[in-house]
Amino acid sequence: MDLINAVIVLLNYTIIPALTYGSQLALGAIFVTLIYGILRFANFATGDMMSFGTMFAVLLTYYFQSIGINFGFLPTALLTIPFAIFMMILYMLLIDQTVFKYYRIKKSPPVQLAMVSVGVMFVTQAVIRIIIGPTDRRFLDGEKFILKATEFKEMTGLAEGLTIKSTQMITIVVTIIVVAIMFWFLNKTKTGTSMRAYSDNEDLALLSGIDPKKVVLITWIIAGILATIGGILYGLDKSYRPFVYFNNMLPIFAAAIVGGIGNPYGAFFGGYVIAFAEIFLTYAYKRFLVYILPESLEPNSLMQLLSTDYKFAISFSILVIVLIFRPSGIFEGKRI
Amino acid sequence: MKNYLNIIVAYSIMMLLIILVGIFQSWSIALTIFNYCMISAVMTLGANIQWGYAGLINFGIMGYTALGGLAVVLVSVAPVPEAWSVGGVNMITSLGIVILMIFSTRYILKNIKKSNKRNYLIAGIIIVGLILIKIIAGPAIEQIEAVDPAKTGFLGGLGLPVLFSWIVGGLFAAGLAFIVGKVALGLRADYLAIATLLIAEIVVSIIKHEDWLARGVKNVIGLKRPAPYEIDLQTSPWFINLVEKFHSAKLNLANSLSERQDILNQLVIDASSVYVKLCFAGMFLVVVIILLIITQKALYSPWGRMMRAIRDNEEAASAMGKNVVKQHLFIFILGSAIVGIAGAMMVTNDGLFTPGSYRPMRYTFVIWVMVIVGGTGNNFGAILGGFVVWFLWVEAAPIALFFINLFTAHLPETNEIKVHLINSAPYFRFLLVGIGLLLIMRFRPQGIIPEKIIKQ
Repeated sequence: MDLINAVIVLLNYTIIPALTYGSQLALGAIFVTLIYGILRFANFATGDMMSFGTMFAVLLTYYFQSIGINFGFLPTALLTIPFAIFMMILYMLLIDQTVFKYYRIKKSPPVQLAMVSVGVMFVTQAVIRIIIGPTDRRFLDGEKFILKATEFKEMTGLAEGLTIKSTQMITIVVTIIVVAIMFWFLNKTKTGTSMRAYSDNEDLALLSGIDPKKVVLITWIIAGILATIGGILYGLDKSYRPFVYFNNMLPIFAAAIVGGIGNPYGAFFGGYVIAFAEIFLTYAYKRFLVYILPESLEPNSLMQLLSTDYKFAISFSILVIVLIFRPSGIFEGKRI
Repeated sequence: MKNYLNIIVAYSIMMLLIILVGIFQSWSIALTIFNYCMISAVMTLGANIQWGYAGLINFGIMGYTALGGLAVVLVSVAPVPEAWSVGGVNMITSLGIVILMIFSTRYILKNIKKSNKRNYLIAGIIIVGLILIKIIAGPAIEQIEAVDPAKTGFLGGLGLPVLFSWIVGGLFAAGLAFIVGKVALGLRADYLAIATLLIAEIVVSIIKHEDWLARGVKNVIGLKRPAPYEIDLQTSPWFINLVEKFHSAKLNLANSLSERQDILNQLVIDASSVYVKLCFAGMFLVVVIILLIITQKALYSPWGRMMRAIRDNEEAASAMGKNVVKQHLFIFILGSAIVGIAGAMMVTNDGLFTPGSYRPMRYTFVIWVMVIVGGTGNNFGAILGGFVVWFLWVEAAPIALFFINLFTAHLPETNEIKVHLINSAPYFRFLLVGIGLLLIMRFRPQGIIPEKIIKQ
């Protein structure tokens, strides 16, 4: 019985939150990796692009709520995803045409493109703040919990409760669907294969008649879908605040590089590595240990390896360690 | 002379803009902007050494700035004897353990061949060391933080003069740069950018959350100043006489003695703040000029030519017998040290240390925009970039407000769009700086004042 309680504690406080957070990071990391693999630059506007897509979802959610449209027990925001994605893709294509295209055709070094993306970051941030303001916004409606702690306790008779928030379930399910479709697209369709070819060897791909314009277009479309969905899921689970989204860029980068930048499978995996490391290293294990250890060994302190203040620092340290010992990431980088 | 014409014109325009702010807003604001411009200029000089001379991309400017600020606290604040007595011994022991860990790791790296055994030994040393530190320092930290937490709760500094901390700030930053350089300099350019950005975040989060060191997010206020305090100036007779002499025409217009006294009091208060800022401006100007002379000399020395050769073609420079790795590390340390000095200058100017305010947007990306806009590889350009971008960054809100009012003049005061736009005026600074960067990158990628190579 104690063992089951211990497992429930772990599930409730570490594994489910880590899976949720990891899914959100994974979507962002695949976005970074796609841009890096095909357009060949580190996109410093990542966080703000995600924020931009989410902004439309937030505004549309408020609009839908005001005219009385809702999605039953699911959050209204899910209904707005297609519209938000559409706006996001328009914005990305606009930026690509006005900014990035020039440098791509000139074949500028990646560093220059990265600097340009810093400019895009500034502009996007300004646009977001001017449209929606810098404040914290919650746009979650519908059912909040799938399983409440008290219900779980009654059902099973255990001492520990298990809570599953609906946003956690939605995040995990949506991520699995989106990522599965994306991997199917990259591996099985002709366009996906041409994208992989373009990423592996640009010259050879051009020789074999792949249209670079089409590849770039498709890349931005997929990137827009991933960024918007990742952003909305994060916003539903926590809350929407432009500054937080900008900061999320850093663990997302860490996830992409840890997995091996340019490799979507690696990025997907990297998101979970970062999330699990952050949560496992900052969780206070006292309650868990109380259940599994005999009474004489029960710990007095919180049994926390690091204070939660260092959550971000952990993912960055992992990144630094990976960069030193295995610069190409856990999986070999640069392969789609 | 002709060669320097564009530089002179650009600097004159910049000075004119600041003087205009003085005339239209107030001299106090103008001097604040000027001081911050000079601090930014020092930062850009540091970043320009790394990026312009050697092509190293350092997105960790925030971390070095924060370390420079930390140096001010650790050098100038008076020590807290109670905190030292409750936890001093333990903290020094922990420091000793850290040093011991470093030296034993070095010893193992030197004397044992690369093998699994070596890896396990190093891992063992690190784990044992960390556990020891946690045991020894943990209770001491709690006790230190419990010493009068509203006012101190930290070990305090050395109580030395604050100007000394500028040098120490440079040394701190150089130390961090040495570690970062050893770890990350071998990486490709964009990886290096990300790695330095994240390491800077780690540094800032340590400063933020280790309260025993510098009170963390509780901030340290009332730092020492190398300039006189306003309140002392306002009561000292020589200063009041000076103000009286300076404004005698204005004072003579007063009708009665009491009115004259009121005007004089107001003038003295204004003048005292201007005087303090002028003192800071003088000190910063000295630093900027010294750094400018040194960096200019370095740029046109054989060493500067070697750095450019390494930047433009690493393989060729390496084939000519130049030690690329060593030179990269050296220049990385040099540039970061200058950024550290700027960080210390900034905290001295503010008189308070607020770790929570170190954010990558303000302290990394804006500085990078300055370097790119001013002119990579040209020190005059870097300084100008610091001035121009900081000026835009501060004055963007008033400028935006002016244009919003201009374009929405026909709308009623209660119009929702107008109210919303006026409320979001502060965010136009991001727009202005971003568009500025994009335009410069597109149409003048070498910056306002491009790099000039003098042929000998």
